[in-house]
Amino acid sequence: MAKEIDEALLRSIIKDVISEVGTVETPISFKDDPKTSAAQSSSNAAVATQTRPTANKVDWFKHVGIAKPGFSKDEVVIAVAPAFAEEITRTMIKTPHKDVLRQVIAGIEEEGLKARVVKVYRTSDVSFCAVEGDSLSGSGITVGIQSKGTTIIHQKDQEPLNNLELFPQAPVLTLDTYRAIGKNAAQYAKGMSPTPVPTVNDQMSRVQYQALSALMHIQETKQVVVGKPAEEIEVNFD
Amino acid sequence: MKRQKRFEKLEKRPVHLDGFVKRWDDEGLVAMMGKNDPKPSIKIENGVVTELDGKTQDEFDLIDQYIAKYGINLENAEKVMNMDSLKLANMLCDPNVPRSEIVQLTTAMTPAKAEEVISKLNFAEMIMATQKMRPRRTPATQCHITNTLDNPVELAADAAEAARRGFPEQETTTAVARYAPMNAISIMVGSQTGRPGVITQCSVEEADELSLGMRGFTAYAETISVYGTDRVFTDGDDTPWSKGFLASCYASRGLKMRFTSGAGSEVMMGYTEGKSMLYLEARCIFITKASGVQGLQNGGVSCIGIPGAVAGGIREVLGENLLCMMLDIECASGNDQAFSHSDIRRTERLLGQFIAGTDYISSGYAAEENKDNTFAGSNMDVLDYDDYVTMERDLAVNGGIYPIEEDEAIMIRNKAAKAIQAVFESLGLPPITDEEVEAATYASNSDDMPKRDMVQDMKAAQDLMARGITVVDIIKALDEHGFDDVADAVTHLAQQKVCGDYLQTSAIFDGNWNCISAINDTNDYKGPGTGYRVWEDEETWNKIQDVPWALDPKKTDF
Repeated sequence: MAKEIDEALLRSIIKDVISEVGTVETPISFKDDPKTSAAQSSSNAAVATQTRPTANKVDWFKHVGIAKPGFSKDEVVIAVAPAFAEEITRTMIKTPHKDVLRQVIAGIEEEGLKARVVKVYRTSDVSFCAVEGDSLSGSGITVGIQSKGTTIIHQKDQEPLNNLELFPQAPVLTLDTYRAIGKNAAQYAKGMSPTPVPTVNDQMSRVQYQALSALMHIQETKQVVVGKPAEEIEVNFD
Repeated sequence: MKRQKRFEKLEKRPVHLDGFVKRWDDEGLVAMMGKNDPKPSIKIENGVVTELDGKTQDEFDLIDQYIAKYGINLENAEKVMNMDSLKLANMLCDPNVPRSEIVQLTTAMTPAKAEEVISKLNFAEMIMATQKMRPRRTPATQCHITNTLDNPVELAADAAEAARRGFPEQETTTAVARYAPMNAISIMVGSQTGRPGVITQCSVEEADELSLGMRGFTAYAETISVYGTDRVFTDGDDTPWSKGFLASCYASRGLKMRFTSGAGSEVMMGYTEGKSMLYLEARCIFITKASGVQGLQNGGVSCIGIPGAVAGGIREVLGENLLCMMLDIECASGNDQAFSHSDIRRTERLLGQFIAGTDYISSGYAAEENKDNTFAGSNMDVLDYDDYVTMERDLAVNGGIYPIEEDEAIMIRNKAAKAIQAVFESLGLPPITDEEVEAATYASNSDDMPKRDMVQDMKAAQDLMARGITVVDIIKALDEHGFDDVADAVTHLAQQKVCGDYLQTSAIFDGNWNCISAINDTNDYKGPGTGYRVWEDEETWNKIQDVPWALDPKKTDF
């Protein structure tokens, strides 16, 4: 039996969808009241402070206890920062974290190696996330990823602020780049010397994104828990 | 809403691609005098600071402890803290109060007092004060030499051209960290080919960077970062003491060094303790002073997008440069990072430091096209050279960059490319072909260069470190291939680390290895008719006023 949808219901659904997308239009008031018109003008320039509900449960990203050191030489650890996939779900350029992880893991598996995902809590710094990953990684190779998308490939015996490859400009990182990063990380784990993933340089990305980057990093840093060990994550892309 | 046509046009202007944020005191998104900034105070008992900016000794964090113990001239502290901040601000821009007198007072302030004094100045007054307070009389500027492929031949050629254009300091970094030693050698050889006396650095991981210096591949360092809150320090596995120790490592090896800080870094790292950018930066400047370090690179630097996003942010940036000078420290004053999509705003960013003159107006002008700048872009680049020189000429200001003729650039780029080719051959590094030399001579960016085998280059770079190659091997290589003048320049550079004159405040070298610093070229500005005036510096002024693209009325053929 086909349920009849009346016009009023349809209108209200459309209105809800539009308001979710955030482009709901408010009519301009021509009354002489500067206060209301100021409130109505949306400021595109100002980056809005986003307050998200904390500790979202995400079904594809399951915590399965404290991460333990691995002993298998054929694994690469992916160490994600404290807000990754849960409090923040997309990178600075709105690439879903799920897709980022899927590509890095695919890159690693393409080389015949295994990927292990851990979530770091002690720090929101990308280098130090990776350093914690190094101590868990059987191969000693870790890919560290911040929620805003900044990524590093790090090796166990390196100084914390050194790296095998660093991708500091999150806005230029595409899913293809993330796959290439996974692939290179796996090659380092196999003792190879791959050609570094080509770095794209967009000198204007800082200008455009630095303020947003700061706001995202503040959000990430709020999730830091001093002394809390990294947790093992089971990912399920099905 | 029906769109208003002018607003639609305005929205398409480049400035709308920049990021702006409204004030948020509790996360430090405020330029100066934030609502949580402490009130200035000091209490000294038996020569020990027992209260600093509202905190008692038992409440001191690491930074307070460090500043209280080493950073403040206690002799004058109580006197200065009791002085009206407005009066101190007045003295800063009053040309009748000499720099030497006011430094006795400004080095005796606390960070919160310093912030309060700076906050009394408007932008024009800051320019006035900067003109008087910069340590070195003659202004200069610094450049970046990089490319996204870490191509050594192009690095050498760009370094040589930049040396000819007047940069006394050049800084490189890597696209891929393992290239570091090769980049350091390339710009060192290139710059000494361009003009003897240029000093170079390679900004990489701290232990690697020190090692490059100790081998003689670099002559100074700058990227030793300090921060305004404990958490940012400890998050990077550091404390003020560890940075102080690193500073001594450089000094003891005869290597010039300065610290780096700048508004916005604590915001970027997420630990501001709710304090304003200027207050936190004041703490960084006092940490630098406390460490006995001669200089500081500050002024937003790589976090410039943060002060740039808040109201009054660029005023704050000039304010923090000024504060650095007020503590009698060399100031490399930012302007070194991509700042805006708007050309108008890029010029605005530069204006304060450019008009006043600082030790280094830019702490990294892109001496390559910005797309090749692996510091993620600078405020101005090689394609802005002629605009920049025209600004110097229009305003009769020495901004530290001079015009050169095209044939001179071709000649010196070629010579530098050949010199680095020779060094690579003698050191057994992957060969540089004649085709690469030719390409680098005429190149503008790395797309113009033949591609090298990056894996082989990186292995060779690591290997040369393992083999214990030092500057002596480079001097021998240059000498063996007949580059006597370049070999001689590199030898002089190595000798300077033994005599150490250039560890003095604000030191640079001229083409004859004369050290020019705040000691022998002291800023003596006391109002009109005093201080540095470019038209009195005849050689420099002639270069600037006779730009190659100006018509010569006496020789014009109609």
